[in-house]
Amino acid sequence: MSRKISMKTAINEALDLEMRRDPTVILMGEDIVGGTGAPGEDDAWGGVLGVTKGLFAKHGDRLLDTPLSESAYIGAAIGAAACGMRPVAELMFMDFMGVCFDQIFNQAAKFRYMFGGKAETPVVIRGMVGAGFRAAAQHSQMLTPLFTHIPGLKVVCPSNAYDAKGLLIQSIRDNDPVIFCEHKNLYGHETEVPAESYAIPFGEANVLRDGDHVTIVSYGLTVHRAMEAADALARDKVEAEVIDLRTLSPIDWDTIIDSVERTGRLVVVDEAHPRCNLATDISAFVAQNAFGALKAGIQMVTPPHTPVPFSPSLEDLYIPSAEAVAAAVRRTMAPSPRSTLAA
Amino acid sequence: MTDNPYPLDKADLLQAYRTMRTIREFEERLHIDFAKGDIPGFVHLYAGEEACATGIMMHLNDNDRIASTHRGHGHCIAKGVDVHEMMAEIYGRSTGACRGKGGSMHIADLSKGMMGANGILGAGAPLICGAALAAKFRGDGGVGITFVGDGASNQGTFLESMNLAAVWNLPVVFVVENNGYAESTAMEWAVSCDSYIDRATGFGLPGVTVDGTDFFAVHEAAGEIIRRAREGGGPALLECNMVRFYGHFEGDAQTYRAKGEVESLRANRDCIKLLAQRLTETGIVAPAELETIDREVNALIEDAVRCAKAAPLPVAADLLKDVYVAY
Ligand SMILES: Cc1ncc(C[n+]2csc(CCOP(=O)(O)OP(=O)(O)O)c2C)c(N)n1
Ligand SMILES: [Mg+2]
Repeated sequence: MSRKISMKTAINEALDLEMRRDPTVILMGEDIVGGTGAPGEDDAWGGVLGVTKGLFAKHGDRLLDTPLSESAYIGAAIGAAACGMRPVAELMFMDFMGVCFDQIFNQAAKFRYMFGGKAETPVVIRGMVGAGFRAAAQHSQMLTPLFTHIPGLKVVCPSNAYDAKGLLIQSIRDNDPVIFCEHKNLYGHETEVPAESYAIPFGEANVLRDGDHVTIVSYGLTVHRAMEAADALARDKVEAEVIDLRTLSPIDWDTIIDSVERTGRLVVVDEAHPRCNLATDISAFVAQNAFGALKAGIQMVTPPHTPVPFSPSLEDLYIPSAEAVAAAVRRTMAPSPRSTLAA
Repeated sequence: MTDNPYPLDKADLLQAYRTMRTIREFEERLHIDFAKGDIPGFVHLYAGEEACATGIMMHLNDNDRIASTHRGHGHCIAKGVDVHEMMAEIYGRSTGACRGKGGSMHIADLSKGMMGANGILGAGAPLICGAALAAKFRGDGGVGITFVGDGASNQGTFLESMNLAAVWNLPVVFVVENNGYAESTAMEWAVSCDSYIDRATGFGLPGVTVDGTDFFAVHEAAGEIIRRAREGGGPALLECNMVRFYGHFEGDAQTYRAKGEVESLRANRDCIKLLAQRLTETGIVAPAELETIDREVNALIEDAVRCAKAAPLPVAADLLKDVYVAY
């Protein structure tokens, strides 16, 4: 059975299904239950935006509220994962990663390799990413490139409810540490989602739209900007292929290369800061491996190299827009300066 | 003239009342305007907690630094940050204290010694150790005060900073603003020991607990601790037990609180009512004098909102400004 549900509900459902299936799955985080020790209602919050709401009623003590000590509880989730549990630890905003990053990149990410392949750390760290919430510089970042930079971490960033459910289920079953990035501005976004359990394998991008003229690659919220741009371009007879990466580590190079070899043009849209991000990574890979197929310079659409500004007037300019994506596509379609010279 | 039983002269007492009323009015107004949808982003209100910021900040000058929290409006006002600039910042205007780049959670004014509200729990404590270290090197008697909530007091940064301040003998005061809750979670559950004094003792710091709704209690305890730090006596911890009148942030339904809890706190533990009572009972201040201040404060906040709404938004060129000093 399939029905339309929001990404927030889909995440809740994935957690519920995996907790039912596997008794080693536990959840922890700040106020993921809420009201602990307080005189009023139990299960008062279910997370700051209600993503885990109702799970306490179903799974009780397998949900652990934590003191405000990310270093300690994220580290504890990692330690428990190395000892047979499958913890899903919520870091309310991924921006708080700064407080506990050592446990993730020096500990969780290293165990398997550094211990000669003898350790497994099946932990999921899930939390909110992205701008557009008027939440300012310390609650709005898209820090995905920090995570993809680290060998040993898997990195997931869904663009819709269907993918969020299947990818979270896969993340929980995966035996490596997974950073699961939830765009806060997609929580309310609804798609058709089957009620039953299903897993979406890592490293398989989703081609959302076929097209022969240009390839647009993105992930997370900006996938929707890319689709809007593709619709606008189609009115001008430019057919864009839109690829939603879904997982950033591992990344589906084959789908990207196959597409660029057909279209000859590439636009990468990334909400992360522009230096050393997914856009530069993908551009470099394509330049190295499919240079001969390119008919035009690769275009990258990103925010400017600034922190996320608070004021709505600035934040709206900060986030890559559909217009910016369409403009980038048009740049790749324009005759190259050399051919202009020849003419 | 009645005798003044308090260690502050009348002008200072009226100033304390004015500061507390300004904070309250600022927050009450935000509460209303947020519900109307006028204000973007997250807003955490300091209403109910005014005596703490005010009682402490009266001992400080612009050369003393404070590091604030996500619930920073009260600290800003008490430290002398311009109310018009604060309001404009919260409205995201280019006339704001941070030119609209920061918003409610990041209001700062370095010229007033206000090193910023902070969106990262516990982040202020190490920073204030640095501020105190700088003051020590300058030798100008400056002190650093860091505020931390009961919840954020569990951050490693806060605990490490107490140790560092003790080891380096820094002029730092760690103020724990204990309002009983961290978001929806009770302090009694999340903090492992009964008293913050035990934690301070563990790090070799003197600790004092006061009723944070009693302006005089806060003022007196803070005065002693700050004087000691200024004179080279080293760091200390001050715990203020206080009450939060609104939700964790605006929009919080607060079902985790007991029925009638907030009403009872407003009736019995309103630090402003308590101060007004003590001032008028003793006859030092006439009720009419307080009413005059109330009217002036209302007019100030009204004007701040009017100016904020009329002020220009930042423009495209501002987006790229101030990332670096030079690049
Ligand atoms: C490092 C970090 N973790 C979590 C949060 C989310 N958060 C913001 S305020 C808050 C509760 C703070 O409680 P407390 O320290 O008691 O301060 P209060 O809100 O009561 O003033 C939480 C969990 C954050 N901003 N930063
Ligand atoms: Mg608190």
